[in-house]
Amino acid sequence: MSAAGRPFSIQLKGCSKTFPDGTRALETLELDIEAGETLVFLGPSGCGKTTTLRIIAGLESPDVGGQVFFDSENVTALPIERRNVGMVFQSYALFPNMSVAQNIGYGLRIKKHNAKAINARVSEMLEMMRIEALADRRVDQLSGGQRQRVALARALAVRPRALLLDEPLTALDAKLRDTLRLEIDTLLRSLAITTVYVTHDQAEAMALGDRIVVMDQGRVAHVGTPREIYQRPANRFVAEFIGTMNKVSGHASAGVFTCSAGTISWPQLPAGATELLFRPEDIRLAGADEPSTLSGRVAAAFFLGDRTRLFIEVGEAQPLVVESPARRSFELGEQLGLAIDVNGLLVL
Amino acid sequence: MQSENRRLLVLMLPAGVFFAAFFLLPMGRLFFIGGSGTLGWAAYAAIVTDRLYFGSLLSTLAVATATTLVTLVISGIAGVFLQRHRFPGNAVLVAMLTLPLAFPGVVIGFMVIMLAGRQGLIGTVTEAISGERLVFAYSMAGLFMGYVYFSIPRTILTVMAATEKLDPKLEEAARSLGASPWQVVRDVILPGLKPAFISSGAICFATAVGAFGTAFTLATRINVLPMVIYTEFTLSANIAMAAALSFVLGAITWVVLALARSAAGSTVAAAG
Amino acid sequence: MHQLMYQLTRQLTHKLMHKRRWLFMLQLAFTLLICAFLIVPVILSMLAGLTVNYLVGIESGLTLRWVVEVWDGYRETIFASIGLSLACLAITLVLGVPAAYALARRQNRFTRAIEELLVMPVAVPGLATALALIVTYGTAGGFRTSWSFILVGHVLFTLPFMVRAVLAVLMAIDLKTLEEGAASLGASFGQRFRDIVLPNCRSGILAGSLMVVTLSMGEFNMTWLLHTPFTKTLPVGLADAYASLRLEVGSAYTLIFFVMIMPLLLALQFFATPRSKKFSVKDVS
Repeated sequence: MSAAGRPFSIQLKGCSKTFPDGTRALETLELDIEAGETLVFLGPSGCGKTTTLRIIAGLESPDVGGQVFFDSENVTALPIERRNVGMVFQSYALFPNMSVAQNIGYGLRIKKHNAKAINARVSEMLEMMRIEALADRRVDQLSGGQRQRVALARALAVRPRALLLDEPLTALDAKLRDTLRLEIDTLLRSLAITTVYVTHDQAEAMALGDRIVVMDQGRVAHVGTPREIYQRPANRFVAEFIGTMNKVSGHASAGVFTCSAGTISWPQLPAGATELLFRPEDIRLAGADEPSTLSGRVAAAFFLGDRTRLFIEVGEAQPLVVESPARRSFELGEQLGLAIDVNGLLVL
Repeated sequence: MQSENRRLLVLMLPAGVFFAAFFLLPMGRLFFIGGSGTLGWAAYAAIVTDRLYFGSLLSTLAVATATTLVTLVISGIAGVFLQRHRFPGNAVLVAMLTLPLAFPGVVIGFMVIMLAGRQGLIGTVTEAISGERLVFAYSMAGLFMGYVYFSIPRTILTVMAATEKLDPKLEEAARSLGASPWQVVRDVILPGLKPAFISSGAICFATAVGAFGTAFTLATRINVLPMVIYTEFTLSANIAMAAALSFVLGAITWVVLALARSAAGSTVAAAG
Repeated sequence: MHQLMYQLTRQLTHKLMHKRRWLFMLQLAFTLLICAFLIVPVILSMLAGLTVNYLVGIESGLTLRWVVEVWDGYRETIFASIGLSLACLAITLVLGVPAAYALARRQNRFTRAIEELLVMPVAVPGLATALALIVTYGTAGGFRTSWSFILVGHVLFTLPFMVRAVLAVLMAIDLKTLEEGAASLGASFGQRFRDIVLPNCRSGILAGSLMVVTLSMGEFNMTWLLHTPFTKTLPVGLADAYASLRLEVGSAYTLIFFVMIMPLLLALQFFATPRSKKFSVKDVS
């Protein structure tokens, strides 16, 4: 379906942003976004992700020297009115003085399409978002999820060549978020439109992004696919921000890492490493007749239904997080043996 | 963005230019005219040095203070009561109390005469009771009554709005600790309404200080500053003195309101 | 009427069963007294304008003769007042709505100072403002004797009310994000102002307009000094009538004034002071 315009690629060259009150919101950034890809900016609040989005949109201009390109056209000086991007705001920004249908058709009205064309397109969008019944409702009569759909419909009605979303699901409750995340994912895949998505929710980022840009305090920490980010984080911040990360400290010598919990033999162990990082899924309870690499005592056990999350005290600053699918209960203080999959080890 | 700043400035420009041309400039001129008369700049001190002027200043401040205090008490009681209790006819009473909001001083003065003048209602009633007609419309007492009359509508709305914002849980907490109704009023409600009292009291005071129409209608023996200014201007053609006095009058009211704003902490609603 | 009385009695009985009934009754009595204080003179004035002979009282009969006399003599003044208020409204709309928008978009020291400045003609006595205008523009013959001289005074006094009413409504909505939303769809500033800003501050404009017209109709302090025998407004005419004519005529004039201003005041109350219904919870207890 020709629901969107032909997507363009986006390049940010040398873009930084300092606000008039002196806050340095964004350090110099170089970024290439491919046409049709979904790029997610992920990070805690204040990391600069929304600022970057607004620079792409044209709502903020980068500091002198920064440039924004759509395909090969330099759009740095263009205000948002002329950039032909569709934007969905965190608070949706639906116009309270217009009905749902009027909201969706607003962009087309501005472009002076005739009434018939507008109605046709509005119906198309209502159908695509499955909100035909809401056409004549006022905005304040809509639920959060409905508003979100209207905001998307409105942004897409004008056939933008890129879609920019600023934390669109943050204002919704958890269950609704899950449902809508799936819908957005399906929608984005079917549209094949260049999408820039900002969120602080990891699950969203991992589910929706072709690539993720992890940001921290105005800087890019890591750009990569979800798999790369998760399994091969580029630095400490990313490793600890994404998912859960276990840490053991000790000293390395000749392929053997010794720590208070035990010893780990890893041929690729870098000399001089003082800390090893690994995910909970790379460590498990050692089987009955398996040699255990590490051992410790159960500090806490949470039965989650399909698995039990264990916190194992091994003499480190933080207990290790281990998940066990075993259908048994655990005693506090119980001594357990653990086996590590060395493929998941990281040194950062 | 730069272009937005420029645009906002352009939008403010018409109002700004109008204001500068018709208020700021004239006020500046008034100030200078005030110092250009036979007394020179000493004219500004005359408000305290000259007996007539000083006397009228004191009378003005006195009647304004009395008005403010009485109005706040009345508005406080009636306002809290009406905001807190819903009964049929409540809205009618509120409407009645806020109706005189836009009555000019002239009409107020007229109504004071209706009530307390030579053929006034109060006079008729007192004559029927005690044989003596009570007539006070043309004195400071009449002026005071008129001032209270137009001050009640202005203050009561502010009081009611503030009462609405009071958290009833604070009163419930006080009652659970054993406070009597009077103690709840004294320790919870009145402090909670303090900003509203300050801001509406300041407006009340400033309006009473600068009121002209009422005094003009009641005329004769009333010696308040606005009347003195008027007489200087029209009868004595002493423009410089009138200018100096009115500048001082304006400064007093503006200072009172500015002080009240910083005490109450938010923008003060002048009326309604 | 029956219904109302029944309701009232039920409510009051309910209140009487409440522990603090005496307090309620006392406050009610006080409030009623104050209402009487405010309303009785109004009724008296209106009646006086309809009585044949005020000194004799209502026994002398009711008549419209004074009202007709006022209308004949002061018709132009009354129309002039209406025209002036409407002109004042037009100007405050043109000056005030854009200014309110600008103040809503920017919240810094500069804009706060501007708000303070705009309020000054309300804080400062009308007498002083009028005097200032006279000493500055009194010699500009044509201007001084025209209606625009008074109009200027009225606009100075009413502009802050329009600005504040519109500003209040604009601050209650997330103006910035709505405008960004419209801009993202391609709307220029003019289009945004027309399609988003104006429709969403309609209630503020309405409240402000009512306020401006009401205040302009009743303005006296400034107008008395600014007027000439050819530029009289209704309140100025009133003062003339009180001073020089029979009490009945003055009262009839006041009656006409009341009749004109009451609808405005009632409309103002209806639109500008919406009281929430949340205190009904307390009354159920």
